[in-house]
Amino acid sequence: MDVLDLTRLQFAVVTIYHYFFVPLSISLAAVAAGLEITWLRTRDDKWRDLTRFVGKLLIVTFAVGVVTGLVQEFQFGMGWSAFAKFYGDVFGPTLAIEGMLAFFLEATFLALWYFGWGRLPRLAHAATIVIVSLGTILSAFIILAANSFMQNPIAYEMDPATGRARLTSFTELLLNKVNLAAFPHTLSGAAMIGGALLLAIAVWRMAAEPAHRTLARLGAWVMVAGGAATALTGDHLGKVITSVQPMKMAAAEALYSSASGAPFSIFATGKPLPQFSIEVPYLLSILAKGSPTATVQGIDDLQAQYVAQFGPGSYVPMIPVAFWTFRLMIGAGMLAAAIGALYLWRTRKGREAPRRLTRWLPLIPVLPAAANTLGWIFTETARQPWIAFGLTKVADGISPGLTSAEVIASLAGFTLVYGVVAVVWFRLIRHLARQPLAPSADISDKSPELAPVY
Amino acid sequence: MITFWFSIVVLAWVLFFVLEGFDFGVGLLGPLLGRDDHERGAVVRTIGPFWDGNEVWLVAAIGVTFAAFPAWYAALLSGLYLPVAGLLLLLAVRGVALEFRGKGDGPRWRRRCDAFLAVSSAAIVALWGALLAVFVRGLALGPDGSVHGSGLARSLAPILTWQSLLGAGAALFAALLLGTTFLALRTSGPVRRRARDLARWLGAGGAVALLVAGFATSSRLVLAAAAVSLAAGMLARQGREALAFALTCAGVAGSVVAVLLAHGSVVLPSTLDASWSLTRIAAAATPSALSLLTAFGVVILPGVLAYQAYSYFVFRRRVASERVPS
Ligand code: HDD
Ligand code: HEM
Ligand code: HEM
Repeated sequence: MDVLDLTRLQFAVVTIYHYFFVPLSISLAAVAAGLEITWLRTRDDKWRDLTRFVGKLLIVTFAVGVVTGLVQEFQFGMGWSAFAKFYGDVFGPTLAIEGMLAFFLEATFLALWYFGWGRLPRLAHAATIVIVSLGTILSAFIILAANSFMQNPIAYEMDPATGRARLTSFTELLLNKVNLAAFPHTLSGAAMIGGALLLAIAVWRMAAEPAHRTLARLGAWVMVAGGAATALTGDHLGKVITSVQPMKMAAAEALYSSASGAPFSIFATGKPLPQFSIEVPYLLSILAKGSPTATVQGIDDLQAQYVAQFGPGSYVPMIPVAFWTFRLMIGAGMLAAAIGALYLWRTRKGREAPRRLTRWLPLIPVLPAAANTLGWIFTETARQPWIAFGLTKVADGISPGLTSAEVIASLAGFTLVYGVVAVVWFRLIRHLARQPLAPSADISDKSPELAPVY
Repeated sequence: MITFWFSIVVLAWVLFFVLEGFDFGVGLLGPLLGRDDHERGAVVRTIGPFWDGNEVWLVAAIGVTFAAFPAWYAALLSGLYLPVAGLLLLLAVRGVALEFRGKGDGPRWRRRCDAFLAVSSAAIVALWGALLAVFVRGLALGPDGSVHGSGLARSLAPILTWQSLLGAGAALFAALLLGTTFLALRTSGPVRRRARDLARWLGAGGAVALLVAGFATSSRLVLAAAAVSLAAGMLARQGREALAFALTCAGVAGSVVAVLLAHGSVVLPSTLDASWSLTRIAAAATPSALSLLTAFGVVILPGVLAYQAYSYFVFRRRVASERVPS
């Protein structure tokens, strides 16, 4: 691998890792806020105990999101300094405003919430977690706006003097149609993984702690609702992406020549794809354009069109990666939603779920986690060879002077530290899940305090 | 506009170094000032609610640098690739050790987290000191604003200099003084007593070292730092802890400003050829990006300062390090 591929690999590893914890934080914060509001309204302490339980999972997860997010903030300068310089006007303000607007809110109010039990009035205390939740959603919106610029560059003009992009409208940048479609889709995916984690833990601990039953059903509901929402929003996202990057959707279907009434294949083999496939007629045309007879452009036609537009070169992404990540994202996510719905059905009106189901349920978070990761791999790799679509190629974005030895060293460092952190995170989550829900577990967190200092 | 944004960048870095500086100091003092599990717990609890909010100042500082001076951001981070990667890894270890400490099981787990916290805090502070020295000394920038070289040495060499070694030492000292004065202010019981004593010795010792350095380089700034160090130690000893802490913060803030302004309008000097140095104007973003930032900065930052102050107010009580019979 040369330095470019190594840097890309590092970016992918580090960002995907960040994106494992972020959607958990987004959804756990929202669930904790909902639980605490329920406690305020019902005054039933069962809700307080559940709020605190989810809160501990949130704190541990959030910490990993924060330290890995910090890496993201520096990465553009470390590995992609040419990109950072050319698009600094677009990306810089976006990241700076995200930090000032969202991260300060999250960090400060999460601490106020976690350490503020019994110290803040109840209503103010509930307000802090609502603010945290809004902060996480806000930061997702802003960072996705930055990513949407790379998918569909808008709201800029090229400065002929410096050769750098100049931002023309921040509002327009935020309201990129790709962002408006990707944001709800990403939030739905986040709901799925958060719900799945709660369902998994609650089912695992149900025998020892019957109060977990509420959490299990809540988690399942969140996951199933998230699943329905990902399908709806994903359908819309697919149409938007077809309009801005037709090559991506053609690659996702391995559709070489343009076709009207194009089918969608569920499975395919052969080299090149697809020699043999199982197809649902007309579905691709529906997914891409919303009409069964619409014409979907094929890879060969698009390649010819791009050569005419941008000059010679290959504009075709890795087709098997695009094809499979797209299918597996949908498959893994929909399977999780179906299992969640099955669980809700089998436990309706106080029924017990069968052992065959509950034995495997603790593994359920793997499915939405896979769907989220595959979705991003699809999004980012099927944009190749562009770093910002139609503007700059990936190869032109890398830091000049960077050496392979440096990237190998840092990649090894990140892999090692991130790997250890993931293992410790998992064991802590397991440890926290084993604690009794009753509040006595918390005594050690509190120490007596003396007179105010200021 | 460029000057205004440069001052905002300086402000963000100053706030980061002062605020996170004291929690780095507390982190590395834990095993030194806390003799047992309970006392070390008290030490960590003084920064529990604050460290994350402090660390966001790093996000803000680097974000604002990126936004207002993209070429500076790009040159620094790619030129110092490996030290920065090391810094990020250490910050990850530290954040996780701090946050996971209270959630695990038993004193052995906590002892391990404390050890990771102390070692990573010390290493981070030393690395920052070494990096700040590079701000003063400069990087081997070529005409295109990038650092060329081979292998690992390309980005490691800049911090393997005697200036960086001095910078690391100075930063460790500053963090220790910040940490002791903060702990003296924020705890009661044995930790407070020990923190005060240590602050006195550090203040006096630091003053001597700084005096020698100040006369050797005939730098008035270093002499001023010596005075601050001595005064802070004495104030802590007399129980004027708030004043001692405030004075130390002012000293750190002054040093950071001095480093960032060391070369006037040059933000990053080139060690190869002075004409390849990166100036504020060459590094700056376009006016439209800067005015967008101004609009947001003016509205948001005061709000941030207000709610962070509120959080310090909510957790304003001293943390007890003595055992209270239950
Ligand atoms: C649990 C997670 C999950 C599930 C079940 C789905 N997705 Fe998804 N998908 C994501 C999680 C995700 C994601 C990780 O969040 C992505 C990556 C980028 C983005 O905006 O969302 C994504 C990207 C993504 C893209 C590419 C967007 C781009 O290139 O910018 C498309 C076209 C779809 N999705 C479509 C769908 C459809 C039609 C689905 C099902 C019926 C579906 N997704 C289910
Ligand atoms: C959490 C969400 C994200 C994930 C999981 C993700 C994932 C990836 C992956 C897998 C790659 C490697 C692509 C390849 O090797 O071809 C990549 C590349 C890249 N992504 Fe993303 N990405 C995310 C969001 C973003 C955002 C928000 C930005 C910008 C603000 C961004 C900027 C980049 C850049 C600069 C590259 C390198 C160029 C490339 O190889 O395509 N990514 N990302
Ligand atoms: C879709 C992609 C992303 C989303 C939705 C997202 C969202 C979030 C959220 C919600 C947090 C708060 C911490 C947590 O919840 O664990 C966070 C942390 C962070 N993210 Fe990401 N992020 C994404 C990708 C990125 C990228 C590409 C960057 C870099 C530019 C980045 C930078 C950061 C930083 C710096 C933090 C730390 C904030 C703190 O200290 O509180 N994120 N991110």
